[in-house]
Amino acid sequence: MNVVEMKGITKRFPGIVANDNIHLTVKEGEIHALLGENGAGKSTLMNILFGLYQPDEGEIRIKGEKVHVTGPSMAGKLGIGMVHQHFMLVDPFTVTENIILGSEPTIQGRIDREKAEREVQEISDRYGLRVDPRARIRDISVGMQQRVEILKTLYRGADILIFDEPTAVLSPQEIDELIEIMGNLVREGKTIIFITHKLKEIMRVCDSVTIIRRGKTIDTLQVKETDENRLASMMVGREVSFDVEKEQREPGETVLSIRDLRVADSRGADAVKGLDLEVRAGEIVGIAGVDGNGQTELLEAITGLRKTKSGRVRLNGKDITNLKPRSVTRSGVGHIPEDRHRRGLVLDFSIGENMVLQTYNLPPFAKGFRLQYSEIQEHAEKLVKEYDVRTPDIHTPARALSGGNQQKAVIAREVERDPDLLIAAQPTRGLDVGAIEFIHRRLIEQRDKGKAVLLMSLELDEVLKLSDRIAVIYEGKIAGWVDPSTAAEEEVGLLMAGGKSGAEVKS
Amino acid sequence: MGKQSWGILLLCALLVITAGCGTAGNQGGGNGEEGFSAGLVTDTGGLNDESFNQTAWEGMTRAKKELGADIKPLESKRDDDYIPNLTKFAREKRDIIWGIGFKFNKAIPDVAKQFPDQKFGIVDDSLGGNIPENVVAVTFKEEEGSFLMGVIAGSMTQSDKVGFIGGITSPLIKKFESGFRAGVKAVNPDAKVTVAYAESFTDVAKGRSLAANMYNGGTDIIFHAAGGVGKGLFDEVKTRKKGKYWAIGVDMDQSGLAPDHTLSSMVKRVDVAVFDIMKDIKENDQFPGGKEVQLGLKEGGVGLAENTDKHVPEKVMKKVEDYKQQIIDGKIEVPSTEKELKDFKG
Amino acid sequence: MQVQQRQMRQSPLLTSIVSVILGMLVGAVMMLVAGYNPIQAYIALFTSAFLMPYDIGETIRTITPLILTGLSVGLAFRTGLFNIGVEGQFIIGQLMSVIVALKLDLPPVVHVIVAVIAGAVGGALWAFLPGFLKATRGVHEVITTIMLNFIALYLANTLVRNWLSAGSDSTEKIPESASLRWDVLSSLFGNARIHLGLFLALAAAFVMYYLLWRTTWGFELRSVGFNPQASEYAGMSVKKNLVMSMMISGCFAGLGGATELLGTAEYLSIHGSHTGIGFDGIAVALLGANSPVGILLAASLFGILTYGGSVMQFEASVPYEVIRIVFAAIIFFVAANIVRWAGTKFRKKAVTKDA
Repeated sequence: MNVVEMKGITKRFPGIVANDNIHLTVKEGEIHALLGENGAGKSTLMNILFGLYQPDEGEIRIKGEKVHVTGPSMAGKLGIGMVHQHFMLVDPFTVTENIILGSEPTIQGRIDREKAEREVQEISDRYGLRVDPRARIRDISVGMQQRVEILKTLYRGADILIFDEPTAVLSPQEIDELIEIMGNLVREGKTIIFITHKLKEIMRVCDSVTIIRRGKTIDTLQVKETDENRLASMMVGREVSFDVEKEQREPGETVLSIRDLRVADSRGADAVKGLDLEVRAGEIVGIAGVDGNGQTELLEAITGLRKTKSGRVRLNGKDITNLKPRSVTRSGVGHIPEDRHRRGLVLDFSIGENMVLQTYNLPPFAKGFRLQYSEIQEHAEKLVKEYDVRTPDIHTPARALSGGNQQKAVIAREVERDPDLLIAAQPTRGLDVGAIEFIHRRLIEQRDKGKAVLLMSLELDEVLKLSDRIAVIYEGKIAGWVDPSTAAEEEVGLLMAGGKSGAEVKS
Repeated sequence: MGKQSWGILLLCALLVITAGCGTAGNQGGGNGEEGFSAGLVTDTGGLNDESFNQTAWEGMTRAKKELGADIKPLESKRDDDYIPNLTKFAREKRDIIWGIGFKFNKAIPDVAKQFPDQKFGIVDDSLGGNIPENVVAVTFKEEEGSFLMGVIAGSMTQSDKVGFIGGITSPLIKKFESGFRAGVKAVNPDAKVTVAYAESFTDVAKGRSLAANMYNGGTDIIFHAAGGVGKGLFDEVKTRKKGKYWAIGVDMDQSGLAPDHTLSSMVKRVDVAVFDIMKDIKENDQFPGGKEVQLGLKEGGVGLAENTDKHVPEKVMKKVEDYKQQIIDGKIEVPSTEKELKDFKG
Repeated sequence: MQVQQRQMRQSPLLTSIVSVILGMLVGAVMMLVAGYNPIQAYIALFTSAFLMPYDIGETIRTITPLILTGLSVGLAFRTGLFNIGVEGQFIIGQLMSVIVALKLDLPPVVHVIVAVIAGAVGGALWAFLPGFLKATRGVHEVITTIMLNFIALYLANTLVRNWLSAGSDSTEKIPESASLRWDVLSSLFGNARIHLGLFLALAAAFVMYYLLWRTTWGFELRSVGFNPQASEYAGMSVKKNLVMSMMISGCFAGLGGATELLGTAEYLSIHGSHTGIGFDGIAVALLGANSPVGILLAASLFGILTYGGSVMQFEASVPYEVIRIVFAAIIFFVAANIVRWAGTKFRKKAVTKDA
């Protein structure tokens, strides 16, 4: 039986058609993947199903009946629940309080806490969620928070669950647990729609998959009858190669050396706690880890954006600890920042201006205090061509470019300065397969030119694929070193979760 | 960003509206029958200031009625408007152009110089004695009228505490203060006079809070010479016990603002002065150009509001009449400055 | 409809023109409701601002300070700051220049130059304080500048009464040597109070353009204004630029005050409340989309409305308040457009990114 049928769904926004005559049919009791690149229209479609948007055209049937989903509460009545990528939980509240929020069971106006806790425990046991109803949200792990979100939808009687990129925030172990839970849910008769762009996960858990590209349905397939490469090419619209060609190379001199570094986060708590790290010329060192283990603070400390508490950072033997960002940059560090909108680009500046964001006051871009626009433009034209930044012209504001092209612009600028150390933080986050390919090639090119590359990514695949050595970061320290050519993913995952590794690579 | 923009937008709209809004305009105009025309430029107080601009305009309307004058007002929104506003009337060749208030003391000589064939009048300033030939300066002996207010207040206070609220500290307002304090001193040497200046002629809220402070401190009668600020005094006194707390108005009969709480008002007959001068021009072709016309009790330029006897007992009224006569006869020289006040012996 | 909206978003000029028309329509409706003839009033307004050379001169005189306060607000906006303190900086500009004009005895030309510079520096220093507080203590500049407006006002009042005059409500007229008026210019315009401040204002507009778009400092100022975090990443000092921006903004405002005093009023009087010229600068900058040319145009429009508005009162007996309503309505429409622009832009981006 078809639980969800979306027929001919079209949704337009000013300037774009987000969904163009999309069809989606989900059968009862299956895990149905919704696969597509960023911006393909997956979230729009699910927001329509969840009642957050109204479609311009098309009809929706839930369990065979034609419905108009007018809002999330209507969706709830229809048995649709959504587990958002960003959790909507109240930190100081307990698990139970969060779950009953908005539909509290009461006795004469008072909240019946015990009854609620009992119910939460019951659901938790039934689906193997292993959640403590009395724990406070701020005290539990990200994985458990996600399970609370799932519990919340179940508590409200959902039998169609939408998971919006649920694995993005999880460690490999937590992903395993989530997959197990998804299995339990389906066994108990629930239906799951799984939004993702990760092919591996689809192959592992899903029964069928609908591929969306540029707002259009491409196809719906049985997972058993397809493979990763075929899905990838359907998603992107052309053949993609997954393998990164990388020759073995002998690393050279140490470029970056970090000794016993301590850095506090914005709230003053130690985020990096006595960390040692070395990156040599001609190698890519990958930092793997679950988000929030001090990666951001570490990179900010190296680049001068955050003051260190103690410890030393050396570049080519020269002490650059606590230098101003400009001095760090000029002593030979390139930095592709984690968040290109927040740090990497001035979105209202033109591409040309963004290309000289650090060098605008140096010759040839400036003579004294006067900007030399002809030089700036020439420079930008060159980079745009070389790095295949697709922009109408160099006067276009960076805001108008797609994410991939924005990132290419950042990389062009950073690589062009020819730094000895290139720091790349989440360089492919949110990008489509084509752009990822391009950026990966550029990073390896830098390594092959004998530069030191420090790669931080939350995508374990990416780290494994590109790095010559992997440092796993856990709670502000390097928990262990892994050789990507020999290490298994599980082993890295264990280190990321704070376990000990048997196969430490000598650094 | 979105939220902030709205905030900014609201703030801007607010600022612009409040920056621009003074008192609402009042329209005049009409046709001269026998070709006499007059223009009146208000200072930033505007036409309905319950004060000299308004009384001046009353004189103008009387001129319209009795002399058939074509009259027109122009309200100044900023000090910078005085010159263009005067110039506009001058270009229309009006028979006389009035600048109401001492704030015109720089604009009037400037414009008068540019239009030597044009007659101008300024109220409340003597231009430091250098009055051009085509300008008449009308001033009042405010200290004399204020003295009588002091007599009333000094006689009627129960607490021996009376107050004075001034507008912007200036020699003109000092005349009110000195006269008032002298009057109090003359009849009740023990009474204490609390003096406060609002440093504004328009800030009603300030006037109210000053008044409230004084009343709370035991003062029971307050006299003001503060233009629009005085409205705050009446707003405040209205909320207080009848028969115990009193206010005294200025410039025109202000008892309408708080009928049960107003003892009297120091009336400044700007209307009479303005009208008389216009009448002289129209009917006798006489213009006291280059002169200062000073109007005191004797000339009827200042005085008590007509309904003063409503709340003031006859005994006190008699005392007031007595002092008035002494001043007219020159037996009492009313001090008009702080220094003269010091030397004043009741 | 959508296409139309996008075009409006892209062109600040169109936004401004539409807002002006809408604002004047609102004014017209108000006049109709109140029983006046709006067509007659508007004709009076625009013709009388240019009726005689004197009117043109006075209109230009009205425009001059608006250009400078508009530039002041606009420059601060460009760097992400909301300088509401233009009013206070303007007053300090007036105060400093009148002090130099009255208390220093200098030869002609030198005297006026020193007085103008004193005003500009005074404004810059007055703006330094909120900039510094924001940079070091994170105090929002809107709060501090509003407070400083009042401090400036009462400081000026106190000094006028107790030091610059003998207990009077205004200072003496400044000596000829410190005046910005120029007989040749004034006589061209029927002795209107048009003065050399106009050329300073035009020069300031050019300085703003050159500084922001042609120099490395301007590059930093704009960058910090758009995105302080990216600017920090790129090695710029956000704090330094913030203080700089406030000071340049204050410098323009102070210049406005100085020229207004030395050219128009030629004396400083005690003010019960703010002059409003600084606040009008906010309106000018908004309407002018914070660009120097836009500010010149917007200041001209507001100047014509202000001066023509008082003539309108004279000719068509329409109260001056109507003009202020037109002002406010224009700003309202400009700002509403900006809000929609920001709103749809961010919403749209979120959709395309996450869809």
